[in-house]
Amino acid sequence: MVSPKISVKDLDIRFGGIHALKEVSLDIMNNEILGVIGPANSGKTSFLRAVNRFNDLVPNYQMSGRITIDGLDIYGQVDRNGLRRKVGMVFALPVPLPLSIFDNIAYGPQLHGISSRKKLCEIVEKALKAAFLWDEVKDRLKKPAHNLSGGQQQRLCIARTLAVEPEVILFDEPCSGLDPISTAKVEEAMLQLKSRYTIVLVTNNTKQAARVSDRTAFFLMGELVEIDKTDKIFTAPADTRTSDYIEGRFG
Amino acid sequence: MERHFDEELKGLNEKLLKMASLVEEMISASIRSLIDRNTGMAEDVIKSDDKVNMLEIEIDEESLKLLALHQPAASDLRFITSAMKINNDLERMGDLAVNIAERSVDLIKQPQLKPLIDIPQMAKITQQMVHDSLTAFINKDSELARQVCRRDDEVDKLNEQVFRELLTYMMEGPKNITRAVDLILVAKHLERIADHATNISEDVVYYVQGTMIKHHIEEKKKQ
Repeated sequence: MVSPKISVKDLDIRFGGIHALKEVSLDIMNNEILGVIGPANSGKTSFLRAVNRFNDLVPNYQMSGRITIDGLDIYGQVDRNGLRRKVGMVFALPVPLPLSIFDNIAYGPQLHGISSRKKLCEIVEKALKAAFLWDEVKDRLKKPAHNLSGGQQQRLCIARTLAVEPEVILFDEPCSGLDPISTAKVEEAMLQLKSRYTIVLVTNNTKQAARVSDRTAFFLMGELVEIDKTDKIFTAPADTRTSDYIEGRFG
Repeated sequence: MERHFDEELKGLNEKLLKMASLVEEMISASIRSLIDRNTGMAEDVIKSDDKVNMLEIEIDEESLKLLALHQPAASDLRFITSAMKINNDLERMGDLAVNIAERSVDLIKQPQLKPLIDIPQMAKITQQMVHDSLTAFINKDSELARQVCRRDDEVDKLNEQVFRELLTYMMEGPKNITRAVDLILVAKHLERIADHATNISEDVVYYVQGTMIKHHIEEKKKQ
């Protein structure tokens, strides 16, 4: 029996009067991509943000249950900076820092104490290659990151996340504003990355979950309705609410 | 929520049902032509094949279009893939009805070899299987579909019986051979039609329940 990378047990989240997540339990295995799908207000982003403690500073945030990574309770003694180094996050809107392409990637490693120029160059190249961006930007690393296209900016943010060598990457709607080609590149990057990382992908694009994830979890109104292998979810889901959602019958 | 997509699925369903009723009619007419020794009826069956072939192409094109444009999932996906497979089976059943009608045209030209007993019985079961498999599809009735699969053995047994009996006729005299072979072929075609009805029923179970039952896979997995 392989022990899970991330184990979520009875996770319950409230924001004041809003019950965002209701006793969700699930395991995420090493080197898998878990897709999380569900309509608006289903709790998928609250779930994702709980995994690197991004909800902590939200007013009236109450949480119960346990999340462990490699068996360690992330709400126990773990320091948040260490946790966020281990658990990287990519957001819906790419937000490059107002720096050059190179410095955008080098920023994180520098913050974690790496100062050798040679080492930083290596990290930047490796991260950009892993994010499928290197060939497009290798001749203009000193140029401002803001000049990149939306799709390139998103891959830059993925590279920035990779530069600090996380073990888990959380993607929150990473392709919501991207054209099909950029989307395909980001998806290709995710598939390549899964051999070295554990990936959680929250997406409103169910087809993306179908294309990319190994297993898919369907959330509805804060409840985990169903989690299973992606091919099972998209051909013969067990719960009618799941089929109604992926067939587009909701509303 | 009623989706625009549902309208298109309904359209596909209606085409498939149109084809199904045409094929059922062809099977029944081909057998009746043999029993009633009615050449005109057999010729009508042979002519109907074009219509079935055209419908097969239309249904294939329609299904591919729906897959490409809507990228359906779950029961929508199972419906369309089942429709494509059923489409295939129906087209083959139409061909087999034509084959029976052709045998019938030949047989009618000669005096009857023997009173037909087992073949009409086989035809009755086969037609019932075809009808039930399609009813199961329309009503999403996986239990009825499973019943159809279980009846396939009866048809196989009758087919063997017909073969053995006609073999004795052939051994009695060479002049019986042509007619006996024609009747053996009719039985064989009926047996193949029953196989296609079984295929359709297996697809219905997958469409309704999402479980594969082909090739007795369920029992094999349990072992």
